[in-house]
Amino acid sequence: MPIRLEKRREPSRSMLYATPAIAVGLTMLTGAVIFTAIGYNGFAAVWEIFVSPLIDPNRWQDLGVKAAPLIIIAVGLSFGFRANVWNIGAEGQYIMGALAGTGVALATWEMSGPWILPLMCVAGMLGGMAWAAVPALLRTRLGVNEILTTLMLTYVAVQVLYYLMNGPWKDPMGFNFPQTRLFNESQLLPTVIPQTLVHLGVPLAGVIAVAAWFVMTRTVFGFQIRTVGRAPAAARHAGFDANRTVWASLMIGGGLAGLAGVFEAAGPFGQMVPQFPVGYGFTAIIVAFLGRLHPLGIVLAGIVLAVTYIGGETAQTRLGLPDAAAGLFQAMTLFFLLATDVLVRYRIRFGADAKGAAA
Amino acid sequence: MTEIDRRSLLAALGAAATLATIASPLRAQDGPLKVAFVYIGPVGDFGWTYAHDQGRLMVDEHFGAAVQTTFVENVAEGPDAERIIRQLAQEGNKLIFTTSFGYMNPTVKVAKQFPDVFFEHATGYQRADNLAIYNARFYEGRAVIGTMAAMMSETGTAGYIASFPIPEVVMGINAFTLAAQKVNPEFKTQVVWVSTWYDPAKEADAARALMDQGADMITQHTDSPAALQAAEERGAFAFGQATDMSQFAPKAHLTAIVDNWGPYYVKRVQAVLDGTWEASDTWSGMAQDEVVMSPFRENVPAEVAAAAETIIAETKAGTYHIFTGPIYDQEGTLRVPEGEMMSDADLLSMDWYVQGVAS
Amino acid sequence: MTSVILVSMIMSIVGVSTPILLAALGELVAEKSGVLNLGVEGMMLIGAVSGFAVTYLTGSPWLGVIAAGACATLSALMFGYLTLSLTSNQVATGLALTIFGISLSSLVGESFVGLTVPSFGAVFPAGLSENPTLRLIFGHSPVVYFSLVMTWAVWHFLTNTRGGLILRAVGENDYSAHSIGYSVIAVRYAAVAFGGAMAGIAGSYYSMVLTPMWAEQLTAGRGWIALALVVFSVWRPVRLFFGAYLFGLVMTLELQSKAAGFNFAPPEFMAALPYLATVVVLALISMKKRRAMAAPACLGRPFKPAT
Repeated sequence: MPIRLEKRREPSRSMLYATPAIAVGLTMLTGAVIFTAIGYNGFAAVWEIFVSPLIDPNRWQDLGVKAAPLIIIAVGLSFGFRANVWNIGAEGQYIMGALAGTGVALATWEMSGPWILPLMCVAGMLGGMAWAAVPALLRTRLGVNEILTTLMLTYVAVQVLYYLMNGPWKDPMGFNFPQTRLFNESQLLPTVIPQTLVHLGVPLAGVIAVAAWFVMTRTVFGFQIRTVGRAPAAARHAGFDANRTVWASLMIGGGLAGLAGVFEAAGPFGQMVPQFPVGYGFTAIIVAFLGRLHPLGIVLAGIVLAVTYIGGETAQTRLGLPDAAAGLFQAMTLFFLLATDVLVRYRIRFGADAKGAAA
Repeated sequence: MTEIDRRSLLAALGAAATLATIASPLRAQDGPLKVAFVYIGPVGDFGWTYAHDQGRLMVDEHFGAAVQTTFVENVAEGPDAERIIRQLAQEGNKLIFTTSFGYMNPTVKVAKQFPDVFFEHATGYQRADNLAIYNARFYEGRAVIGTMAAMMSETGTAGYIASFPIPEVVMGINAFTLAAQKVNPEFKTQVVWVSTWYDPAKEADAARALMDQGADMITQHTDSPAALQAAEERGAFAFGQATDMSQFAPKAHLTAIVDNWGPYYVKRVQAVLDGTWEASDTWSGMAQDEVVMSPFRENVPAEVAAAAETIIAETKAGTYHIFTGPIYDQEGTLRVPEGEMMSDADLLSMDWYVQGVAS
Repeated sequence: MTSVILVSMIMSIVGVSTPILLAALGELVAEKSGVLNLGVEGMMLIGAVSGFAVTYLTGSPWLGVIAAGACATLSALMFGYLTLSLTSNQVATGLALTIFGISLSSLVGESFVGLTVPSFGAVFPAGLSENPTLRLIFGHSPVVYFSLVMTWAVWHFLTNTRGGLILRAVGENDYSAHSIGYSVIAVRYAAVAFGGAMAGIAGSYYSMVLTPMWAEQLTAGRGWIALALVVFSVWRPVRLFFGAYLFGLVMTLELQSKAAGFNFAPPEFMAALPYLATVVVLALISMKKRRAMAAPACLGRPFKPAT
């Protein structure tokens, strides 16, 4: 039976909200079938990975801590993605931001005072922005594709990190282990709920998302970003400068990724180590898409991804599921989301159409 | 948000309080003793993590239904580790082994929060009332293979593929070289730093480069069997790391330094069951069967095997200690005077190379 | 003595370069058709594990390498279905494919850890393939010769054939290619499938030839190097060939110099070099403003003709 796609005049609002839920639902179903087929308890696996962290209050603080960097980075990326600026190097900007913050921490390690932490945060944002400025410059001056440059620079950033850890920034008292000294009290991000790991960055992630939502929907700048993405010709006509949009989206993306880096270094890590990058910059791309590039959707998506990480760990201890299972579920969620995405923009029609055009 | 988090906090505190009121001995509890392991790599790495997991399986086999073990693999050092260790403690595990140096700070933090759970951290140096540390004297095995390499080498040069210059690795290089020089005072150890624990293709290429430059004995302080395969294809000899790797290189593989954690794990689980567990500092070696040499194969000449067996026997008897003076460093300075033995503390912070090491 | 070292160094260079060349050739064709598939690393891992598994189970490396190409092609077609038929975002889909490949290969590979497989026999008689000098030419794995043939084939296809012309037209201007009657989607499906097959065979080179074993993430990030290389070579097969061998040369020289006892640059700098070089090349070609040397115009853009 011929199936064809018919373009909707307006993206479907109901589908826009329904598809992420459909994608997660399909993932759970497929996952259950696959894991049953290869000899695990498939339904228990799905339960552990998608549900158990949500109903266990002990896990909530972990969800917050895990979701915060993903949300902050993804919110930053969503500006660019809306304007068709494909910064996929947030991981590198995250690392460079954290390194800039660490640089401040190491320079002030014998000092104390309430000014140090804010300085680290500013340095972090600048670090991330500086790393994103290279692709911005190349794109606006020379027309170089930012997808490729941001990606390449991520791997360069990783090596910069390794170099600093193995050489100049190595803790002099650390038995030659490649890591920096521990940050001091004035350099650590305070925890907002005593006795937990929930640091200041967690509520700030929410604040940043709300602020981004405000900027995106209530300001001229937000309108500009959305127009450039949706109707480039109209945007040009309205006198919006395309280069300015590129710069703005890369600076927001890089700055927020850098800030997330400092939060992570000064919060959960409390020092800088070569194991610092764990792919948050890449996962944040999934989060941004799953959240429909909407700041509040991104908050939800960040929590969903955090659930799969933490659920993947419980599935290992309770069911003996391998670590790779969580990754497989994450990939499937994104696949299904991208697949169902088509429903937002197109209507599916069955049967031959009058003009005989095939999809 | 705060309400939720306060409740989660109360729940966590409640759980801790319940744990505190359970009276020892633990045998009085219902159900098996729960023991957990945290791994840095996949259990299928055929190296470091694989060896620890073999130890866990030995615990399973030894105690049967009395003990229930679980593990979490691929745990990144840093906040992820802290979360997982805490989660394992919350899930009722009474004894938790964290098997990588980078888990030190996370383990210390969680141990403070769970005074009634016993923790054991491998290769670190921080202890607490409920936190023991353990390590193995792998350098004893390095002395054995150093002896064998010097006896069998025609070029008088060994190639050593090393990861990072931390004391553990430096110690191994030095033990290997010192033992080799007892056989052939001119013996040279050429080190290549590959700056990774695991990259099969690169490890194999490093082995090939070393053989090109005249090494006919290959040994390594990285995790994959790739270097052995490279030695096999060139007709050189090599030594396995962490586990018996002879199936990868039947002709080249002379013996392997096997990490045999099983006996230690069984002993520590028994101590918890008996209520005699203490926060000890254990650095065992061949005498405790924690470091064993895999069976010498037919490619080892009889006199080489005999010499190796002698060293093993003397090490077990405590009469052979490779770090006994005189020991000169690379610059020719006498570091350890005649007849003196290096202390454990000096070994664990070793950052200089003995004469004959080229890196 | 020195000539022996030279021969074995060249053999090492071939070992480093071959899989990167293969994976990059596949990606080049996909990108030329206008599709950016960031899932190369994932497809390589799927190829590596399926090649190893089939070789282990059947004892035939030939079946293994075919399986590697086939399984990776399947994963590429899944990518193709999402990005081409359902017009999903190529960047996000490619990243999902990478995560998928890493996870799936680790799951499937679990039961193959610690095993080893027979490798290909020599292609040429022992007199040639084991001769100390002649083995430079005759002593390689069949995959190496395959990579050379494919370099020529891709070059020939893109520059001298009608099919190549259509492929490039589709990548440069999809809507006009569509309007003169070419099926943009079909061409792109074929290009993506080819990219998958090449990446799969490249991955199997690691698990079956270079280090005949399976271990998680065996390819250790080489897929990203291949992606960089396509850009570094400005989408030209012959330059791609030299780029891959240049990479092999630099990596081999680095290890050789370390093994000879001197370090000429921090290892981190050497590891960052391919990516830095790629960014520099991108900047340079854009400065020249020569259309013929830039990225395919439709790279990464979904194609959906109005019905």
